[in-house]
Amino acid sequence: MSSPFVLPLLGGALIGLSASLLLLAHGRVAGISGVVGALLGPVRGDVAWRILFLGGLLTGGLLLAWLHPGGFPAPVALDVGRASLLGGAGLLVGFGSQLGSGCTSGHGVCGISRGSVRSIVATLTFMATGVLTVFLVRHVL
Amino acid sequence: MRSSLCALLSGLLFAIGLGLGGMTDPAKVLAFLDVAGDWDFRLALVMGGAIAVHAPLRRLILRREQPLFAATFPSFPRQRVEAGLVGGAALFGVGWGLAGYCPGPALTSLTSGAAAAWVFVPAMLAGMAVARRVSASRRVKAEDPSEAVRA
Repeated sequence: MSSPFVLPLLGGALIGLSASLLLLAHGRVAGISGVVGALLGPVRGDVAWRILFLGGLLTGGLLLAWLHPGGFPAPVALDVGRASLLGGAGLLVGFGSQLGSGCTSGHGVCGISRGSVRSIVATLTFMATGVLTVFLVRHVL
Repeated sequence: MRSSLCALLSGLLFAIGLGLGGMTDPAKVLAFLDVAGDWDFRLALVMGGAIAVHAPLRRLILRREQPLFAATFPSFPRQRVEAGLVGGAALFGVGWGLAGYCPGPALTSLTSGAAAAWVFVPAMLAGMAVARRVSASRRVKAEDPSEAVRA
């Protein structure tokens, strides 16, 4: 196996391990939009593990920036156009993840791992509209 | 205490996996979605690798009576593919294709100092809040008999 495939597979394996650990410890699905979304309407007794998981994510980002800075894009100044695009995209991702009951992790990893038809449909759908969006932006507009 | 450690460690592993796998670089994500261009399929290996590890471990874990620090394992009562599921996923994909960020990588990127993530994440949280608000008010209407008669 040559090197360009090792990191994606290793990264994926760690995500699979993370999801398994959360299921074993808390009986929870490691879907980021679900973990974080429920913090916006917090239910007593169902907050601590979410904050801790989020804290782990943010700590992980810090560690990565230190040990594997190539994993992040080189810093660029944002102009108004780029910032508006990112803001609009963020709204769509946030809104869509709640309406669609999941994101890349919840549907794409955890849902498909248990063979959920809903998750397979959702994953194929967001892959398709993602591909279509990139196609329109890069090759048509 | 130990339960806290598990949730923290789970988040940490998740972030490291995203970063090593390439998901925190929006350029790589867009190259993965650009099937008509210079297609880079490698991010499919991240999802594949995650499923290859989680699917069998999940089966082993579910042999237990209950999780270590909770009463029950999750149940998934909803089986039907509703319009909201497909519509939500479709909007999600459009945003993903515009920015190259999905929720996990965007949150992980906050502490890397990526300016794009600091614009994307507040907007994402706002979008989540709006969707939750809409679905909560719908649920109230559905439970209100006077509304049900009118509908």
